[in-house]
Amino acid sequence: MSNPSKVTKAEDDTQGRASVAGARKPGATFEPRIVAFLCKWCSSAGSDLAGVSRIQYSANATPITIPCSGSVSPMYILSAFNKGADGVLISGCHPGDCHYMEGNYLARRKLYLVKELLQFIGLESERFRMSWVSAAEGAKFAEVVDEFVEDLRVLGPQNRLKAKR
Amino acid sequence: MTKRTGVFVCHCGKNIAATVDVKKVAQELAEDDGVVFSEDYVYMCSDPGQTAVIDAIKDNDLNGMVISCCSPTLHEKTFRDASELGDLNAFQCEIANIREQCAWVHNDMEVATEKALKITRASVRRVQHNQALEPIGVPVTRRALVVGAGIAGIQAALDLTDAGLDVVLVEKQATIGGNMLKLSETFPTLDCSQCILSPKMVSVSKNSKIKLMTESEVESISGFVGNFKVKIKKKAEFVDPELCKLCDDCTPVCPVAVPNEYDVGLTNRRAIHIPFAQAIPASFTLDEEACLGLDPVVCGKCEEVCDVGAIDYDKKPTVTEEEIGAIVVSTGFDLYGMEHMGEFGGGRYPDVLDGLQFERLCSASGATEGHIMRPSDHKVPKEIVFIQCSGSRDPENHCAYCSKICCMYTAKHATLYKHHVPDGQAYIFYIDIRSGGKGYEEFVQRSMENDGVIYLRGRVSRVYEKDGKLKVMGVDTLAGRNIEIDADMVVLAQAMEPSKGTAEIAKILKIGRDKDGFLAEAHPKLKPVESVTAGIYLAGAAQGPKDIPETVSQAGAAASKVIALLSKDQLAHSPTVAKVRDPWCTGCEMCVDACPYDAIALVDGKAHVNEVLCEGCGSCVGVCVRAAIDVKNVTQLQVHEMISAIMA
Repeated sequence: MSNPSKVTKAEDDTQGRASVAGARKPGATFEPRIVAFLCKWCSSAGSDLAGVSRIQYSANATPITIPCSGSVSPMYILSAFNKGADGVLISGCHPGDCHYMEGNYLARRKLYLVKELLQFIGLESERFRMSWVSAAEGAKFAEVVDEFVEDLRVLGPQNRLKAKR
Repeated sequence: MTKRTGVFVCHCGKNIAATVDVKKVAQELAEDDGVVFSEDYVYMCSDPGQTAVIDAIKDNDLNGMVISCCSPTLHEKTFRDASELGDLNAFQCEIANIREQCAWVHNDMEVATEKALKITRASVRRVQHNQALEPIGVPVTRRALVVGAGIAGIQAALDLTDAGLDVVLVEKQATIGGNMLKLSETFPTLDCSQCILSPKMVSVSKNSKIKLMTESEVESISGFVGNFKVKIKKKAEFVDPELCKLCDDCTPVCPVAVPNEYDVGLTNRRAIHIPFAQAIPASFTLDEEACLGLDPVVCGKCEEVCDVGAIDYDKKPTVTEEEIGAIVVSTGFDLYGMEHMGEFGGGRYPDVLDGLQFERLCSASGATEGHIMRPSDHKVPKEIVFIQCSGSRDPENHCAYCSKICCMYTAKHATLYKHHVPDGQAYIFYIDIRSGGKGYEEFVQRSMENDGVIYLRGRVSRVYEKDGKLKVMGVDTLAGRNIEIDADMVVLAQAMEPSKGTAEIAKILKIGRDKDGFLAEAHPKLKPVESVTAGIYLAGAAQGPKDIPETVSQAGAAASKVIALLSKDQLAHSPTVAKVRDPWCTGCEMCVDACPYDAIALVDGKAHVNEVLCEGCGSCVGVCVRAAIDVKNVTQLQVHEMISAIMA
């Protein structure tokens, strides 16, 4: 299997948030609910490091630890939105650093398509975010969560895919 | 089966309880479906805490439990062991991390409690679908591979054979010994490097349990811990070591001269050569790149003079496959190239040397037989300048890290210089002196006090040639003045970097490297000799700059890890592997392509998982369009249940 070339900055969603940030309204108090799928080897360990370092960040994201970002089925993302999540975060190892060699490349290719799909079905694709956070990047994990929460506050509640019960 | 789930919420003293209302978490969870026991306790991992867990399992006939506490990396094993003691399968115990991922990162008790509830509830829903699993037993090949035969590899190989294991020792060069072979004396005792290394090298050659493969490299690897298959490529053996009598009739007739690696380019050697007199294996060897005779029309002189007929230009490289249980990687270091140090005249002026070249000048086995003289005019240098941190601790231009050994070997160089040239003067430019180690600080002090070495705290900006001297422009920051020295010789204490080929071997063996390119250990403190790949261990400077005592200790540590691993009859492989639900599988082979371990193959039109090869990464799960494949105990059903629990 061929490995795609290294990730560019623009591909990492945590870098490309200017358009959302520009639309931010002051005084928003909406508390978004986020499901965060964290790779056991990197981002989950990175969030552990954030804890050990006592870095404070928003409590809006609830983690689900998974073996690898490559194990995320697109259905997980749709399921989370269906159950009312305002945002879904998938955080894996940096490209090239996958514990399982190439799972994160699989994730990147697949989840890019999910993003396109979300847009196609009328959901703001900014609600779905991928990030690369290593086990050594506790501070980055906290930043990723905080930024995502801020951006979702601007977007408001997600109703497009939420089951009408 | 009726769900009988237990929940145990840990206070972790005040660590969790200060921000999470643990009592509330335990009380609310008690109301959840299938939860028959839910309690909090101040230290769950303590002996009374674990006893309470074991008792609760038995008293309540639990068939699943969640410990809501710290990260699973800390105590998953603790509680799974406790679980087994309570006769509950270890894989029916899950950890909900409410410390690192919750209590420690939030201030607001209400918010943190809410999140802790979600995390714990998700784990409860997950564990209620967990299967009881048993580790998969895998047979073990009692044979180790050591890659790189410097002092680290030699030590590891000897230690392994001491434990009765067979070893394949692979070395890229024509002789074993590595960089230590080139050293003159070693700090802080000034014992001769070869005198302590050569006996070990001979032990290797005489050891029937070691299969030594020089001029060889690992080409590919397959398999897994305990059962690797490694392909090793050996260069064509143009000189038969069995026949070679070391008569040295061949070198005088060889018309080719190339720089001698063993003398770090200070001398030349022939295309046919012996790396050095005490080389192991003791045989001449033919440098394929330099030799003209591989085209027999051009030259064939050495073959003509070889009485025993040891030379054969028609030999081809060979590839052998070895069955291996565990691997030690000890591929060592190279010095950071002097060509990067243009400002110091590195690579431009013959009398600017790097540390290893200076070792060769001091060494009795070197080109000058231990007499220190300038390569340019063979005069004895009377003023010599050593520049420490040359390429180290310079994140803007060179390597960011400290190479650790240079402070000590520079002090040694200066001392050796004074022993050879008593009327000479040695200057050392340094940033800091780092002399941590037994007898190290005393050694540095001796070099200053007994040998009159002048230490100048500051950096050198430039070295240039003027009137046959090397002008060294530096600064003494303690005296606050600029320094100019007319030196006869300059020695750069070059940074250590991973040896050439480290990136390739890391890629082949699928082990990680750190930001500086050194091989990455699995944990910086608790797993310093393990790589991230099970069954592959690290030793020596390939893992980070280190001196000989540290290298030898690490090699011993790596060897003992291998010995422990290979002392078992069977290895336990994690049973959380992928499983196909046959009725759903269409045989589309998406998972076969996605699997990084070649663990999935089609059998009778359905995907079939080789449980021994499967690492449970779930790459197959993410690509299966029919949701027909799952990783045990992290099934898609379980993930959906967890999402529901969080979003409830």
